[in-house]
Amino acid sequence: MATDIILFVILAAIAIVCAIAMIITRNAVHSAIFLVIVMATLAIFFLGLSGPFIAMVQIAVYAGAIMVLFLFVVMLLGAERVGAQTGMKWQVPIALVLGVILLTVAGLLLVRAGPTTVPSAATSSFTSQVPGACADDVKQVQSTGTVIGTPCLVGDQLFTAYLFPFEIVSVLLLAAMVGAIVLTRRPAESKT
Amino acid sequence: MSAEGFSVLYPYLIGLSALLFTLGAIGVLVRRNALILFMSVELMLNAANLAFVAFARALNQLDGQVFVFFVMVVAAAEVAVGLALIVTIFKTKKSTNVDDISALKG
Repeated sequence: MATDIILFVILAAIAIVCAIAMIITRNAVHSAIFLVIVMATLAIFFLGLSGPFIAMVQIAVYAGAIMVLFLFVVMLLGAERVGAQTGMKWQVPIALVLGVILLTVAGLLLVRAGPTTVPSAATSSFTSQVPGACADDVKQVQSTGTVIGTPCLVGDQLFTAYLFPFEIVSVLLLAAMVGAIVLTRRPAESKT
Repeated sequence: MSAEGFSVLYPYLIGLSALLFTLGAIGVLVRRNALILFMSVELMLNAANLAFVAFARALNQLDGQVFVFFVMVVAAAEVAVGLALIVTIFKTKKSTNVDDISALKG
């Protein structure tokens, strides 16, 4: 309990400081590195919130694939150094005021929206959709009273209850891949 | 770490999520570099993911975690197309400053 609070405070401080540093720093590569740190701390939070699969996906997809893509583009364009803020100095105080308003409203609504009591016995209602699938994981869930997002259980949900959205996002990824190739294709090649 | 993990702290996790989302929104408003803008959008998506996982843990269900998976897929697609757009614009405009991209202004 106490170690959880200490860990939470340290990780939250790292995440907030790195998020602020990402916005402030003038070097785009430094921004990307700070964002990687934020994502890594969030992955640790996911681990603590009984989501081991989603934590690993966070590291592999976000901190790995997406941020490497960002770094590739930053270095490809040679846009590491960005010049001084061009014009629109009045935007900064307005953005800060709007940000504070957003934080208060969103924070109040989100904290009040949550469940007042954590249902611990409700886990018995959670069972695998496929009979016999993930028998060990389901047994563990029923014995500990905590739903753990193991790869097997998440995959089970993904291919039963969320099968149609899963197929839709596969088409979305294909469309994004085709779009990225079409956008970056050289015009000279299109004539041939 | 105890068996409960961070579950007892979930109001604070939601607060942290709101704070990170606000920082991302401020980043979009303040910065003019298209790449930093994209990173701020990613920060906002990550903050929403944290809220999803925290609520999923508080409700003792798995649906929130499955949804985070979908959010990650959409983010990956968005980054692939968005970065391709930035590269294409940089080829013609030689700049990643969003204020320079004003050809559609009347």
